[in-house]
Amino acid sequence: MEKLLHLLENDATLTHKELALMLSKEEGDIKSMIRQLEKDGVILGYKAIVDWDKTEKETVTALIEVKVMPQRDDGFDKIAEKIQNYPEIKGLYLMSGGFDFTVLIEGKTMKEVAYFVARKLAPIEFVTATATHFVLKTYKYNGVIYNSPKKDLRESDGI
Amino acid sequence: MIDHELMLSDTLKYIKPSGIRKFFDLLADMGDVTALTVGQPDFVTPWHIREAAIQSLERGHTYYTSNSGLPELRAEICSYMKRRFDLDYTPGEALITVGGSEAIDVAVRSLVNPGDEVIIPMPSFVCYEPIARMAGAVPVIINTKAENGFKLTANELRAAITPKTKLLVLPFPNNPTGAILEREELQAIAEVLRGTNIAILSDEIYAELTYGKRHVSIASIEGMRERTIIASGFSKAYAMTGWRLGYLLGPAPWIKQMTKLHQYAIMCAPTVSQFAAVEALKNGDDDIAGMAAEYNRRRVFITEGLREIGIEVMEPQGAFYIYPYIGGFGLSSEEFCQRLLMEEKCAIVPGTAFGECGEGYARISYAYSVRHIEEALEKIKRFVDKLK
Repeated sequence: MEKLLHLLENDATLTHKELALMLSKEEGDIKSMIRQLEKDGVILGYKAIVDWDKTEKETVTALIEVKVMPQRDDGFDKIAEKIQNYPEIKGLYLMSGGFDFTVLIEGKTMKEVAYFVARKLAPIEFVTATATHFVLKTYKYNGVIYNSPKKDLRESDGI
Repeated sequence: MIDHELMLSDTLKYIKPSGIRKFFDLLADMGDVTALTVGQPDFVTPWHIREAAIQSLERGHTYYTSNSGLPELRAEICSYMKRRFDLDYTPGEALITVGGSEAIDVAVRSLVNPGDEVIIPMPSFVCYEPIARMAGAVPVIINTKAENGFKLTANELRAAITPKTKLLVLPFPNNPTGAILEREELQAIAEVLRGTNIAILSDEIYAELTYGKRHVSIASIEGMRERTIIASGFSKAYAMTGWRLGYLLGPAPWIKQMTKLHQYAIMCAPTVSQFAAVEALKNGDDDIAGMAAEYNRRRVFITEGLREIGIEVMEPQGAFYIYPYIGGFGLSSEEFCQRLLMEEKCAIVPGTAFGECGEGYARISYAYSVRHIEEALEKIKRFVDKLK
């Protein structure tokens, strides 16, 4: 099961047949395993990893530290529910340490992101402070090194 | 004026350059070619192995090691051989070499006298015959047959043996055919050799790359260990071709003499590579499994892809090559591969590069991404459709 998840996490385009082969299992078993993992919410989706910097599209990514008023019981979850639904927000984590949430946000321009923080994020009830850090360059994300050489470095066939 | 040609060794001049090389030079000038020619993994060496090498440099391990190699590395090789192939060797029966290639060279040169016969099954890796010739030996070629799945059979071996036979080269898992020898087949070969004074050079560089069945070494067959020298290395299993690191495992009296030859010719294998190899053996089993699973995926993909195009092919069981029959289109292997290159910019190696018996065949490497293989198959299909 764990191996299957690792393979898919690494390359979601692997077919049932290929997975069966790589795990020495029957194709049918793989199919039902994946179906079950999807049903159980272990596998949540399949997406392409895009390096937008190589396209015409302008994007900017920021990591925002968010501090909130200390909450009792499921207080953090309640605040998270308010934050998580904005489509601009790509990631949301509850943190240990000096602040409470990390928000990963994507926008067209720095200004747009700044406005979002000022107008949408900061005014949310119990949010006491935010600190926005813009991403200048992505080296690695989701296990993928962005500028690894795509060129075949093998200079020789051997003999 | 000196005649440089005249001054060279006659034996060396007689040796032909590698046919793979020749073909590769041709495509080097061509630019954007979809090649399926390369005989080395496309994976970069796993990071923890590279890191161990860097660390060894940081710590100042920049000196020679002992001639036979780091004791720790030889010990790790022995425990690896036990763990993976159930073979019992001691560090005194191991010699670390500069790649599997040096291992083969040292083994052959240490075992043969001028005039001895060396039996070489073909098609196979291109180095055995030239190395045997340079040692003054007489190569005796056995052309393995398609109907036997390119396996060496006991009968073929029996027929090739003469009183002068000194050494049998056993190149399985095989480059270029992808054939492997299973236990029963090895037992039949062992039966022929038992009671003779014939040594075996078992080239097991692809031992980790078999699909469905684990590799069996002839050294594990009763009575064979005492006459077997195993040549192997790190290039294929751990994607470490550029590190140039291999080894020999065999009876201590042989290893002792082979170490002497290695000592005078090489001194010792690169120290940095030896430290990397220790890490590979200690923590690399998962890397091997991951890469083998990926090769297996490509193997099935390319086998089916070729069959769909209408090319007859045996399903390879080992290494990362497939060896299709391309003789049904009215072209020689070389013509087929050259026209495929010129007309579709797709490169594969003509079977004749691996011996005359390779006529009618081609070697295709699947040490490439599935996307790349897919692209090459489209080109091969277009070309074959034109020929039909």
